[in-house]
Amino acid sequence: MEKKVKKVDIIFETALDTSPLDVLDKTLQRSADDIILELIDSGLKGRGGAGFPTGLKWKFTKNEDSDTKYVICNADEGEPGTFKDREILDRVPEKVFTGMTICGYVIGAREGYIYLRGEYNFLLKTLNAKLDIFNKALKDRNIDFQIFVKSGSGAYVCGEESALFESMQGFRGEPRNKPPYPTVAGYNFKPTVINNVETLVYVAMICRIGAEKFKALGTTDSRGSKVFSVSGDTPIPGIYELELGMPLSRFVDEFGDGDAKAVQVGGASGHCVPRKLFADTIIGFEGIPTGGSMMLFNSSRSMYNVLKDYLEFFTEESCGQCTPCRVGCQQLLKGIEAVKRGERPPAYLDEMKKLTGTMRIAAKCGLGQSVGNPFNTIIDNFREEIIY
Amino acid sequence: MSKIDLLVKGLVEQHGKTRNSLMPVLQGLVQQERFLSEEAMLVVARELDLAAAEVYGTASFYTFLDTVPRGKNIVRVCKTITCHMKGKEDIVNAIENTLKIRTGETTHDKKFTLLTANCLGWCHKGPVMLVNDEIYPDLTPQKAIEIIEEYATLNGH
Repeated sequence: MEKKVKKVDIIFETALDTSPLDVLDKTLQRSADDIILELIDSGLKGRGGAGFPTGLKWKFTKNEDSDTKYVICNADEGEPGTFKDREILDRVPEKVFTGMTICGYVIGAREGYIYLRGEYNFLLKTLNAKLDIFNKALKDRNIDFQIFVKSGSGAYVCGEESALFESMQGFRGEPRNKPPYPTVAGYNFKPTVINNVETLVYVAMICRIGAEKFKALGTTDSRGSKVFSVSGDTPIPGIYELELGMPLSRFVDEFGDGDAKAVQVGGASGHCVPRKLFADTIIGFEGIPTGGSMMLFNSSRSMYNVLKDYLEFFTEESCGQCTPCRVGCQQLLKGIEAVKRGERPPAYLDEMKKLTGTMRIAAKCGLGQSVGNPFNTIIDNFREEIIY
Repeated sequence: MSKIDLLVKGLVEQHGKTRNSLMPVLQGLVQQERFLSEEAMLVVARELDLAAAEVYGTASFYTFLDTVPRGKNIVRVCKTITCHMKGKEDIVNAIENTLKIRTGETTHDKKFTLLTANCLGWCHKGPVMLVNDEIYPDLTPQKAIEIIEEYATLNGH
């Protein structure tokens, strides 16, 4: 068995002989159905974290009967520990634009938007300049599609697709009830494909290299590769494109500092995996999926501080619209502080785990629903550190 | 017409008189003024034909759309876990001592406001801070102070 993680070079690769516009020209000669079939065949799932099959999302939107449809690139990369989308937009923006344009062609949209988080406003100038060139190239080719950038203003929850639409429409970034899903009623309540930055690049690359080459990477449940954002206690923090489906132990061998006691997989809203489970944890949709955030903690770190940091984050970023999330996040934070101070018995931690169960069922969006991921995995694996 | 009137009219002209323009208009105002005054929000409401409460309701939701007075330069130090682990506390302390304010406050000369922010997306190069829209990764307390001093001279009169 291979012992090292397999590094891949698809996302950032810049071929000398094939520009993104060449890929576009070649792809638009194919029928929309043909492209959808290839995407479904490739097994590509959304790279933002939720992992919905990209081809299906496009198919549903294409099948909607509407004169107006939209393509949206979700660049509201706010998950703690994730920074790959910024790097992609900085280094290979044309690939993102190409993925969006292919999507517009497939579903029948004339407008695409990149929703860029406000924290990345420094990218705006070059991004807009490159967009001007790209949009002009589209006009020159008589392709009826234009791409624009919309900025966020510092709200984690706007990465949730329906909150993102609300924000673009000039409202508070409060998630909507679902259904209807974006494929039916998204931006301006029109059928919308919303994809993560990285997903759109994989679309462009699958159109170039073919589904077979993509499928050859990864596992049955997790096809292809993925860009990982590696941070925390590692001698080599940064951005790495790796094959999906590896055991976490192999990842830690490559990136750990030799003293890793836990890895938070999937950011603050993801799962904390302790050392004893490294070998049995698969990074992929069959194990623990991730939007790419991998934060390593060595034995010098207090997991109480880690959990407290996450809960403070969620308490601040909860939109406050639904009670389970608004009050739940606050109570979890107050609760672990009370247990730490000895004002509550250790058994109170188990009561709070029940609360995360309620939040998973009753919260309106992924934010409140997933707070239980870090909470339960840290409480279960590092209970002593929380109590004493 | 006041300065705010002109600014809002210009932004509305640029982005269009629709609800969808509310965010770009508010963002444009913050870009110029650093925060949204009551007067500014009332003008936006009038120009976009919205209730003032709708404008305030939207503005107050977003961390970067401040509705309280801010300094000419807004410093936001990332406080989320990785930057926390890499010493954001020392960065905050260094800036607090240099500017003689505490986090959340604005200097008397209205040149600087110091804030903390949730994950800025530079976890591999922490600690990190934003000054207005510019990012400064791989900070040390010394480096942070130098950057602040540079802004102080840049805007000096």
